[in-house]
Amino acid sequence: MIAVCGLNDLLPERGAAALVGDEQVALFRTLDGDVYAVQQQDPYSGAHVLSRGIVGSRGEAPTVASPMYKQVFDLRTGECLDPQGRIPRRLRTWQVEVRAGQVYLGEAR
Amino acid sequence: MTETDAPYRSDMASSVSTSSHLVVVGAGMVAHRFLESLRAREGAERLTITVIGEEDAAPYDRVGLTSFFSAASADELSLSPEPLDGIRFLRGERAVRIDREARTVTTDAGSTVRYDELVLATGSYAAELAVEGYRLAGVFVYRTLDDVRGIREWIAQRSQALGRPLRGAVIGGGLLGLEAAGALDGLGVGVTIVQSSNRLLSAQVDDAGGEALRRLIEQRGLDVRTNSRTTELAADAAGRVAGLRFDDLSTLDADIVIFSVGVRPRDELARAAGLEVAPRGGVVIDDGCRTSDPAIWAIGEVAAVDGQCFGLVAPGYSMAEVAADRLAGGDAVFPGADLSTKLKLSGVEVASFGDAFGATPGSLDVVYADPIAGVYKKLVLSDDAKTLLGGILVGDASNYSSLRPLLGAELGADPSAYLLPSDVEAPTGELPDAAVVCSCNNVAAHSIRSAVTEEGCTDVAGVKACTRAGAACGSCVPLVKKLVNAELAKAGRTVSTALCEHFPLSRAQLFDAVRITGLRSFSEILERHGSGGRGCDLCKPAVASILASLGNVHPLDGENATLQDTNDHVMANLQRDGSYSVVPRIPGGEITPEGLVVIGEVARDFGLYTKITGGQRIDLFGARLEQLPDIWRRLVDAGFESGHAYGKSLRTVKSCVGSTWCRYGVQDSVKLAIDLELRYRGLRSPHKFKMGVSGCARECAEARGKDVGVIATEKGWNLYVGGNGGFTPRHAQLLAEDLDTETLIRTIDRFVLYYVRTADRLQRTAPWVEELEGGIDGLRDVVLNDSLGIAEDLDEAMARHVDTYRDEWKATLEDPEKLARFASFVNAPRTPDPSLAYVEERGQRRPATDAERSSGISNGGVASGAITIAGPTLEVVRS
Ligand code: SRM
Ligand SMILES: Cc1cc2nc3c(=O)[nH]c(=O)nc-3n(C[C@H](O)[C@H](O)[C@H](O)COP(=O)(O)OP(=O)(O)OC[C@H]3O[C@@H](n4cnc5c(N)ncnc54)[C@H](O)[C@@H]3O)c2cc1C
Ligand code: SF4
Ligand code: FES
Repeated sequence: MIAVCGLNDLLPERGAAALVGDEQVALFRTLDGDVYAVQQQDPYSGAHVLSRGIVGSRGEAPTVASPMYKQVFDLRTGECLDPQGRIPRRLRTWQVEVRAGQVYLGEAR
Repeated sequence: MTETDAPYRSDMASSVSTSSHLVVVGAGMVAHRFLESLRAREGAERLTITVIGEEDAAPYDRVGLTSFFSAASADELSLSPEPLDGIRFLRGERAVRIDREARTVTTDAGSTVRYDELVLATGSYAAELAVEGYRLAGVFVYRTLDDVRGIREWIAQRSQALGRPLRGAVIGGGLLGLEAAGALDGLGVGVTIVQSSNRLLSAQVDDAGGEALRRLIEQRGLDVRTNSRTTELAADAAGRVAGLRFDDLSTLDADIVIFSVGVRPRDELARAAGLEVAPRGGVVIDDGCRTSDPAIWAIGEVAAVDGQCFGLVAPGYSMAEVAADRLAGGDAVFPGADLSTKLKLSGVEVASFGDAFGATPGSLDVVYADPIAGVYKKLVLSDDAKTLLGGILVGDASNYSSLRPLLGAELGADPSAYLLPSDVEAPTGELPDAAVVCSCNNVAAHSIRSAVTEEGCTDVAGVKACTRAGAACGSCVPLVKKLVNAELAKAGRTVSTALCEHFPLSRAQLFDAVRITGLRSFSEILERHGSGGRGCDLCKPAVASILASLGNVHPLDGENATLQDTNDHVMANLQRDGSYSVVPRIPGGEITPEGLVVIGEVARDFGLYTKITGGQRIDLFGARLEQLPDIWRRLVDAGFESGHAYGKSLRTVKSCVGSTWCRYGVQDSVKLAIDLELRYRGLRSPHKFKMGVSGCARECAEARGKDVGVIATEKGWNLYVGGNGGFTPRHAQLLAEDLDTETLIRTIDRFVLYYVRTADRLQRTAPWVEELEGGIDGLRDVVLNDSLGIAEDLDEAMARHVDTYRDEWKATLEDPEKLARFASFVNAPRTPDPSLAYVEERGQRRPATDAERSSGISNGGVASGAITIAGPTLEVVRS
């Protein structure tokens, strides 16, 4: 696992991008303290922007809405919950662990 | 030539005597057609012909008279010259006497012409009202080339002398009056149409059609006064017309007046010669066009058939054919007149044909009316609903040409098929199934309807997923929503006004709830008014906007920061590649050379693509997230502030240069625009809103295309509201006239805040006004007459906004916590996004396309060719 940042570097309910090698990862910290990691690249526009989307929920699922064309993704699985009329595309996700105030990234799923 | 010895025999009508002399009085459209027709007939060569025409012009196209305003010369209106070849044409001479005994016609120039056959084609004159002042300078009729010349010169001369656009009145709202009004409008005159009866075109359309027509005309910016009888024209000191007075003693300022109160047949020659004339005027003719004197014929507007004259060219042309045929020995009969008409006023479609008023016993009306779109259509059908008897088309006369030929015939199809909108423009649940609602994805109304009825979709999101309607630019979403709701309502299902799954309230309800409870954080509001969950991209920005409208909170203050869309979060506009654009405020579009230099330097130093926007300011594109604070530090130091191009808030107040420089300006439009922009800057609202201020009625700032449009008048300001461009363009409607600046601003304050409080999420002012109870009148009651008793509250709220406004960017630069949000990567805060790639085009850089990327970038983002990856230095690779 790779240490990326401190938990306190992540603001609740707002994403942040991290550079892991030459990979861009979007990190999200929800209100109850969970941290999720998904690909930073928005699959619909190709731009690396997902960390800048609005964090929220759909039913039980914690979500992010792409800031570009507003597709909604489940942060836990990367599943596209609202493709806005397009073909649903899943995001890659990463294993995350928080230890001693540090955020670690594991394998991509 | 004074005598004839050949006695006239009425039974000679079947043949024309050798070298008979034919005299035509009048050289108008019908005389022209008559000569043309005669020439084409055998036997006519034996006639010698003299034409007497009082106008100083060869016959011209009177129907096209209005185009003379834009035509290069009178020649463009001339009718073909051949019919006059070899004919004696006494041009510019008026016939003043007919001697039936002697068979001579005498002119005002002293010529006396002997005739064997005489044709009267003297047409009509335009009537005036014999009210006091009707001969003042600046009062015209609209009938001849000379009239039009006079009008044109008067306008040029008076508007120059007065230094402003003229105000004009057209008295009479018939076909010609409307055409004249349109012509004046086209010449930059502010026009009021004055009609004594209750509706425009009262001879052609019914009450409902007149109402629809009135709306259309008013939408074009012309004023209409019905039920107004003019009693007097007032003069200025120099004897020029200055205004009108009406029977209710009200008045109207006018620098030019055109009478268009009908035409009267020019039967004076015939009367004096003792020919029979109809009780209401016009020379009586039989169905062969012969008058009571068998040697004299009458054709065109001067002729009366069964007591009636026809003010249209088509019946006159029929008469010309009949008379020519008879003179050449034929026995043609006048077939009666088709009085179908279509108004020639650009942008206003009106047609009336056949039995338009349904006078036929037992006739049925089929009516389609869409008051919002300004369309009214009526077909009159026989009692079995099969045969077309007539109709009225207002607002959309595209079917006129296909319907008119069907007069008296069986329609053969469902009559309503002829009435439905031919092109879909107005957002309405009544849209035909085939209408394309979403142009991006080519989705028709029926697909959206069946998504609800067949596929079980219950909201826009569902329909979007199912049909792709609204999935591209999003412009059609309001229309999709209307259709979905209409289908749901039809199926008896309740239409939800809930904001989203997290809030059961509508935006307006939530606004009130938050205002009253005084809650100021999203979590509290969600807990109190929400239905669980953590919010989403619909409700979070809506709540952020509500909180901001209620009290200028900084978008990045505390929990507020979690609610913002990326644009509001970084106070810039997201671009397609993930970079942002920067728009400093340039109030009213006014900028100093020093300001321009600073913007230019910033753009150069950060390598930003620069473009003048449609909103009179400058947009700098291609800024990376982590660069935004550096860029803004430079701009703020030079005195610039946020332009809120990213916010749902005031965008720009567009202005024209106004009275400070422009020779026509009547008020300082730049100053007002700047004042308005500085007053409403930063105010968060349901959707963006825009304003415009024009310094005179020429309207160079396109203010009527804005949510709030102000147009300067001599006495103050006219205020228009509810305009926009975009997907469904709307002209703003007049809310109040001649306001002083203080009243104007107070009225705009209330308008804006009332909108902010009660409109739906992402609803602009035009649809909001449309849905308000009472529409624009209801709105006027609220903001001008305080019918809801909320004015004081609104005034206070606006005062608070103005007092507490602070520039968001300046505040951000002063706060390290806020600045920390502009890190590109949490573990590499100043490293540029390595995926950005640019290409140079026309001397500036733009994002590389996918194709350019794949061809230009190899292993690990090393650029080759014209492509560069955005690095810490911003060199653009020149190809
Ligand atoms: C930059 C500019 C085009 C330009 O190069 O000139 C522009 C650019 C955008 N317009 Fe616009 N609009 C611009 C003038 C206009 C105008 C013209 C005007 O204001 O006179 C209109 C039509 C007038 C009107 O709004 O009534 C206009 C109608 C729209 C609409 C349609 C709104 C509607 O009611 O249908 C949208 C979509 C929306 O807001 O939902 C839009 C949205 C956008 C967005 C914000 C789309 C987006 O979300 O990325 C564009 C990004 C702006 C940016 O800076 O990155 N823009 N846009 C203009 C900026 C003006 C300014 O100085 O702020
Ligand atoms: C602005 C405008 C728009 C119109 N639009 C339409 C339309 O869309 N459709 C339509 O059907 N109709 C229209 N009309 C009406 C149409 O122009 C007339 O029906 C047509 O011109 C009648 O032709 P006329 O020859 O009978 O009369 P005119 O064209 O009026 O010609 C009569 C001529 O006789 C001359 N004259 C009169 N008395 C004497 C005399 N004593 N001695 C010598 N000369 C004399 C007059 O000066 C005039 O030149 C319009 C008219 C106007 C003014
Ligand atoms: S600037 Fe406006 S019109 Fe042009 S592409 Fe963007 S949204 Fe469309
Ligand atoms: S998304 Fe429907 S018109 Fe653009």
